[in-house]
Amino acid sequence: METPKSKPARPAKTNRLGVELTLYKGGKSTLCAGCGHNAISERIVQAFFEMNIDPYQVIKLSGIGCSSKSPAYFLNASHGFNSVHGRMPSIATGALMAQHNLIGIGVSGDGDTASIGIGQFVHLMRRNVPLIYIIEDNGVYGLTKGQFSATADIGSKLKTGIVNEYPPIDTCSLAIELGATFVARSFSGDRKQLSAILKAAIAHKGTAMIDVISPCVTFNDHEGSTRSYSYVQEHEEYFDEVQFVPYFDDITVEYDPGTTIEVTLHDGSRVLLSKMPEDYRPDDRQKALKYLMEGKKRGELLTGIFFVDTDEKNLFDLLHLPDESLAHLPEDRLRPEPAALDEIMEELT
Amino acid sequence: MQEPQASTGTEHKQTGSGQHTNDFTIHVATVNGSGSQSANNTLLRAIFYMGIPVSGKNLFPSNIQGMPTWFTIRVNKDGYIARSENIDILVAVNAETAHEDVQAVRPGGLVIYDEPLKLDTLRDDLTFYPVPFKKLVTPIVPVAKLRKMVSNIIYVGVLAQLLGIDMQEVEKALHKQFKGKLKAVELNMNAAKVGFDYAQENFQQQKTFTLERMDKTAGKIIIDGNSAGALGSMFAGVSVVTWYPITPSTSVVEKLMHYMQKYRVDAKTGKSTYAILQAEDELAAIGMVIGAGWAGARAMTATSGPGISLMTEFIGLAYFAEVPAVLFDVQRVGPSTGMPTRTQQGDILACATLSHGDTRHILLLPSSPEEVFEMAGDAFDLAEQFQTPVFVMSDLDLGMNNWMADKFSYPDKPLNRGKVLSAEELEKFEDFGRYKDEDGDGIPYRTLPGTKHPKAPYFTRGSGHNIYAHYTEDPEEYSVIMQRLAKKLETARTAVPAPVIEEDENAQIGIIAYGTTHWAVQEMRDRLRAKGTPTSYLRLRAYPFSDEVKAFIARHERVYVIEQNRDGQMLALMRMEYPAEVIARLRSLTVYDGLPVSADTLTRKLEHMEQE
Repeated sequence: METPKSKPARPAKTNRLGVELTLYKGGKSTLCAGCGHNAISERIVQAFFEMNIDPYQVIKLSGIGCSSKSPAYFLNASHGFNSVHGRMPSIATGALMAQHNLIGIGVSGDGDTASIGIGQFVHLMRRNVPLIYIIEDNGVYGLTKGQFSATADIGSKLKTGIVNEYPPIDTCSLAIELGATFVARSFSGDRKQLSAILKAAIAHKGTAMIDVISPCVTFNDHEGSTRSYSYVQEHEEYFDEVQFVPYFDDITVEYDPGTTIEVTLHDGSRVLLSKMPEDYRPDDRQKALKYLMEGKKRGELLTGIFFVDTDEKNLFDLLHLPDESLAHLPEDRLRPEPAALDEIMEELT
Repeated sequence: MQEPQASTGTEHKQTGSGQHTNDFTIHVATVNGSGSQSANNTLLRAIFYMGIPVSGKNLFPSNIQGMPTWFTIRVNKDGYIARSENIDILVAVNAETAHEDVQAVRPGGLVIYDEPLKLDTLRDDLTFYPVPFKKLVTPIVPVAKLRKMVSNIIYVGVLAQLLGIDMQEVEKALHKQFKGKLKAVELNMNAAKVGFDYAQENFQQQKTFTLERMDKTAGKIIIDGNSAGALGSMFAGVSVVTWYPITPSTSVVEKLMHYMQKYRVDAKTGKSTYAILQAEDELAAIGMVIGAGWAGARAMTATSGPGISLMTEFIGLAYFAEVPAVLFDVQRVGPSTGMPTRTQQGDILACATLSHGDTRHILLLPSSPEEVFEMAGDAFDLAEQFQTPVFVMSDLDLGMNNWMADKFSYPDKPLNRGKVLSAEELEKFEDFGRYKDEDGDGIPYRTLPGTKHPKAPYFTRGSGHNIYAHYTEDPEEYSVIMQRLAKKLETARTAVPAPVIEEDENAQIGIIAYGTTHWAVQEMRDRLRAKGTPTSYLRLRAYPFSDEVKAFIARHERVYVIEQNRDGQMLALMRMEYPAEVIARLRSLTVYDGLPVSADTLTRKLEHMEQE
């Protein structure tokens, strides 16, 4: 057979694992064109690819809502679970208890987290389950066509002219208060910052909570909304500048130790934080809460990493799980010997 | 002191001249939280050690301390262990209820009571034995705080003397009760002796109610159904347990913690081969079970009615997305909060069809601790085999009361982990679809997260999906999934525990019952047979029903479906699938007052319905 003469195909882009970028991509998005959530999906694809994470070792989970559709749009080679409204944390906790060696990424929305899911959110944070928990936060219910969520600011206006009168829940403050060990906020339009935060979250082995402001182009991008692209661009203030240095990059980053704080994450990667207030330490919950509240008072939308603590034990440390995952234990380690039953029966006679 | 008179109770089998040997009931009326549980269990066990069949039913309030509580011990040489409505011997130490309690004793009965209550003038057809508990306990228990707890053991000693319980067996029972804590055993044994001696010195020997050694409990154990469920789950290899405390299911997980710490921790590494997590509520508990089941672990929760209601949405997800999950429903009285410390079979219909849309679930229906143990194993196998939630439908009577049982048999089958494909096995599938019916049995193949193969990953969802697990709103693709799910439950009919049938060829009447109702049904059938009305009996052990159920109904002119709920829930499930001519034979006989059902009530009701 004759070989057709054609240009050799360009070699597919691969990472250090030799895995092609296509395995990190997802299906075609059915969200609105310009939706902030799509930009977040792109950053997730990039972060997992560049961090050289085996996509087969990832599980992606979500609840219900526009945000919760997005796991279909990244990491095609990972098992996914689109669960029920507000209850992804429990599915994720169970799945990771069964296979604690997997990397979990959960995507929720502001309704899915701060309203119907607030109970499960609270308990996820306090258990320090190793999970990247992303809130795609647009302050509005999209699938039901534009009702306020519990993160909407007082005074924010809907298209219909209705003005929100109830105070918002600040998921970052709440997460810090509850014991989360990694808390950050970013903006879907800020590629650089979001990428750095996502990579740091992947390197962190505890609950990594990232609130990503992600404007809804259809129901909440108008004048009078505090979640529109223009409003967010005008009011975003960097709390700190986030630089991420992966463990496999043997590079020296020059920085002034007087103004920059270096945090070493669980996998050896480092995150460098700079330009934050002078007296700030990233593992000081009280300070973090103070600055978040002050920023809110000034009408600023603070972004960056607010809190990191790599010393806390995570759920699986506390459960004394073995090296292998519970799901893969063989029968002889799951079912005690007949002698055990004999002993128990003897006690009961 | 009056001489006891012979009982005139109609159902009471009398031996000789008004003597009841190894056949009577003891009713102990105390106050919740006063340590009476230890005394009652010691009494039960001492009789058990004498080789006499015995059962205990605890009737307690939803309260920590201070409200009235009753414990009924039924001694029965023929082995009947259902609740008896008769009270032959009363121990009355609760001032609040004492007068009413005395009125409930059968004529000729005995009353042991706290002397200051002065009950002896209430009736003249009973024999009264006043015991000054306070006076007796003070000298032997120097610590005032302990007196109340220990004082209850005194009535065990009094009863031992009056009825003929060997004090050596009381001591043996105390060792069991206090798990070898010698100081506690000594203290309580002293109290029992004080009671024994007091009775010997002050009371005339009675001969109406006596205990004589038998050999009918050799090799048996005493256990509650919740402990049996915990053991069954441990030997079934459960590895993720998430739960939220609720009466009467709490002790399932508490016992699991106890046993797992002992038998499922690696001695070398100190690592556990399980995870038990108390969730924030029942919604999270079942969510974690489903997450763990999806990721390949054997996962379970234990709950009761209100918890079942909360888990409804998630159960629909597990059914539709086909995720294994095991639920122990230790049923209590509903609706709503109902009566949390009383028993019922009230969740049958809810669990069989739990969640919105068309859903159908596998239920297992144990009637004894042995069956809870076995069915726990079945539940995990079935859940993984059928990739669906499986409910073990226990109840408060079975779960929380102490039962005589045969020693449990070690499981004789390896774990059935179901159709899970490894990366190598996936290679053989040309066109793998997570929800495809490859084998024609309605059961698809699944892959676990972490399986390194391009065909392995799929997107699990509760939304409409096709055979490849892709989102769909296509009418045809949706229908294919729903029809296969129905077929899967058809396959389950032959895989679930089969009913137990006792056919009497002379019987015109058929009886269908399940769960703890079984024990009163057997006693009722014996009584009816003695009166010339033989019956055939089918004991259901699972839902969906096997074909034998329909055939059994068809063989009998009329069939009583006996259950402990108001609306005849199991009968309603039969109505959903059987033709009119089959349904026409069924009659619903229900008892649902929250007390364990008795043969007295069942016999009375059935005879009444027969006359109609």
